[in-house]
Amino acid sequence: MLIGQDLMRADGPAKVTGAARYVDDVRPTDCLYGFTVRSPWAHARIDGIELDPAFDWTDITVCTAADIPGENVVALMTDDQPVLADGVVRHVAEPVALVAGPDRDRALAAVQHVKVAYTPLTPLMDPEQAAGSEHRIFRDDNVFSRISVEHGEALRVLEEADTIITGTYRVGLQEQLYIEPQGMIALPREDGGLTLFGSMQCPYYIVKALKRVLGHDRLNVVQAVTGGGFGGKEEYPSIVAAHAAVLALKSGRPVKLIYRRDDDLRATTKRHPAIMHYRVAVERATGRLQAAHVKLLFDGGAYNTLSPVVNSRAVLHALGPYACPHVKVDGLMVATNTPPNGAFRGFGAPQVMFAAERHMDRIARELGKSPLEVRRLNLYRDGDVTPSGQRLVDVGATQVLELALKEAAAPLPPSGVPDRAGGGGVAARVAPGRGVAIAWHGCGFTGNGEAALKGQADVAIEGDRVVIYTASTDIGQGTDTIFPAIVAEVLGISVDRVSNADHDTATVPDSGPTVASRTAMVVGGVVKQGAERLLEALKAEVGSDDADFDALLARRKSTAPLRVRAQYRDDLGLEWDAATYRGDAYPTYGWACVVVDVDVDLDTGEVLYRRLVSATDVGKALNPVLCTGQLEGGALQGLGYATCEEVVLDDQGGMRNNRLTNYIIPTALDAPEMVTALVEIPFSGGPFGAKGIGEIPHDVPAAAVAQAIEAACGAVLERLPMTPERVLAALPEI
Amino acid sequence: MEIGFTLNGDKVAVDALPMARLLDVLREDLRVTGTKEGCGEGECGACTVLIDGRAVNACLVPVVQVQGAAVTTVEGLAEPGGPLHPVQAAFLQHGGAQCGICTPGFLVAAAELLARTPRPTRPQVREALAGNLCRCTGYQKIVDAVAEALAGEAGA
Repeated sequence: MLIGQDLMRADGPAKVTGAARYVDDVRPTDCLYGFTVRSPWAHARIDGIELDPAFDWTDITVCTAADIPGENVVALMTDDQPVLADGVVRHVAEPVALVAGPDRDRALAAVQHVKVAYTPLTPLMDPEQAAGSEHRIFRDDNVFSRISVEHGEALRVLEEADTIITGTYRVGLQEQLYIEPQGMIALPREDGGLTLFGSMQCPYYIVKALKRVLGHDRLNVVQAVTGGGFGGKEEYPSIVAAHAAVLALKSGRPVKLIYRRDDDLRATTKRHPAIMHYRVAVERATGRLQAAHVKLLFDGGAYNTLSPVVNSRAVLHALGPYACPHVKVDGLMVATNTPPNGAFRGFGAPQVMFAAERHMDRIARELGKSPLEVRRLNLYRDGDVTPSGQRLVDVGATQVLELALKEAAAPLPPSGVPDRAGGGGVAARVAPGRGVAIAWHGCGFTGNGEAALKGQADVAIEGDRVVIYTASTDIGQGTDTIFPAIVAEVLGISVDRVSNADHDTATVPDSGPTVASRTAMVVGGVVKQGAERLLEALKAEVGSDDADFDALLARRKSTAPLRVRAQYRDDLGLEWDAATYRGDAYPTYGWACVVVDVDVDLDTGEVLYRRLVSATDVGKALNPVLCTGQLEGGALQGLGYATCEEVVLDDQGGMRNNRLTNYIIPTALDAPEMVTALVEIPFSGGPFGAKGIGEIPHDVPAAAVAQAIEAACGAVLERLPMTPERVLAALPEI
Repeated sequence: MEIGFTLNGDKVAVDALPMARLLDVLREDLRVTGTKEGCGEGECGACTVLIDGRAVNACLVPVVQVQGAAVTTVEGLAEPGGPLHPVQAAFLQHGGAQCGICTPGFLVAAAELLARTPRPTRPQVREALAGNLCRCTGYQKIVDAVAEALAGEAGA
């Protein structure tokens, strides 16, 4: 059995020896280096773009909107975002022009000499003022998305309820902070087309976008080894690719466009900030939820990107993993003149689950109960019905809670509290605290998304090897290791004989994007089906019913590749109505519990992490090392979201702390020791029972930390991040 | 000016501006690309290399400073054609690399630690690697790998 084994990563040897080739490691002959001229204004009219006559432009290529051969649009959900601003800019850092030169220094110098004349206009910066404002950014109402989900009669029950608990929770922007910045190379092809090679999650998104930009489809997109994505390389690389492509077409040369970190932080998408209002009626004696009305407001920034889908996931997850008979959730996603927000691990769920879990704590506080007691009482159980009306089966909520608590009963590792006394100062005054939070996360696309998408994968015999063709990229999560294990398992051969073809759209089918915790669960299932079909095709070809792959292969006369295609089959019988948001919102759900132990420094407000225990229902861990690696990495991003990652904006909406010096992500010293326990409740629709696991670890660490801080010192924080300043401000007088 | 140094055991000479970043000389002039750039200001550690055995950020070092020195990058941790350095092998075994972009820097920083302290405690590992950022792993498996890299070595 290969499934469930810790097979070593297929890309491991190349990654530990420095041999792995990321986009910036590749330098085509005669390559130009591209950079982007960006708007300094949140909103302005472009009056003209001129090239400084004092600068030597002989070896520099400059592109503006006028140089785009096809349509000036980044095709995604709607066609609102231009490749290059034309006449008006709607957010700071919006691309206005492009330059490319023979080396980085020359090209960077040229950026300074592209003179753009602007007339600044009054921007709309406040999401609470956006909907219906006279100031139009998107369509006629600045609303990217308005979604309501309703079950029962929440408003009526709230009207008649005697105990209603209300709370408002706020979360800020969060940067994905893949360690490899965005980057793309555009290479002119002999047929007049282009090859795009770069750092990305979704090759076919780029194909879709560039067909419109180029006005033809003579292009292929190839994924380079990619240094992290976390959603940040879901849709944004289409923009980088379009820019590199336009420069390459105009110059006739290969163009490499690598973002510097400061540019990447200022310009690229982030997690949506949100303001979330909860009104929940409870049974006073017990804390049982009776009715809830949740209003969510998200700031999408200046362009739509994928914001409606973020709103959708947020609305569906808004109450957390708790049963409530009457629910109404209203999600509103608006436009402002700020850089567009987009995909980031969890996709709306971490925002609402921070709020939902904090609201459970508030209910417990106001009723004089323990947070755990209120959770245990209300947690989903088999047969419970979600706000969209989906009847749940195989609910793992209680199981992950009890397992995490059991693991957390072990003694804590030594405290990492610095001994300030030794330095001549005062000894740190710290207070220990523990927090427990629980998540659910719908795996894969919402509703009938997979049935509509019909993701494909090919599996082929090539000589005595088997090759898998998918567009599902490995961005560190281990796809290129998992898929061969699935195929080798089905065929009964050594995994060494199975490999992935390069993720090149010239040769791989569209498997759908590498997002939404869907790759192992959904595309892995298609790959498994492909391996089964390959075995059948081989049997048919050699006219034998032998089950042994190598025996069949030995009888094969042809040496030509034998390649079969598999496509997502909707055998789950899901029923979903996207118009009413009723039905089976997700094919299955993951469940997770986080127990975090902290020390709160009562003098500085710093939160020091002692240990993070998690228990997660993963369906089936296809490769436990890779699986727990995802869970641990996601958990630490969640802790960063909790206490240290803050995007500070200036009055134009530009990121002031756009450097790693002051946008702080956790280091190895900040990170706690982690205990990562797995629960395996198999999902019948996933390969070998696997569920999606990529996003759920990010959902509730922040809520657990907030509860731990409150347990430690009584400070109640309802806004992320919980920086030392905010913790100090919330500290009760001691 | 011509600057000569030893790179992964081989003598090299480059014609470069003295204030050129060692990182660029390695990646662009010498085409040794295992050393990565994550931030360009010494915060992320993706460009960690050893100069005479000491871990430094190659994005902050003017190449003139390595005149006559021995520079080791991830490509030089193992002998050519030989087995992996124990910390490379430990990263493979424990799952210390995910997307891999920070991995070269971590391996080099860890190699320096292990040269000094073959059996580091977990807090020592965390301290030694605090100058390297990883966004994928949560550091757990990196700490596992480094703490146990030489655990099985006789006499270590």
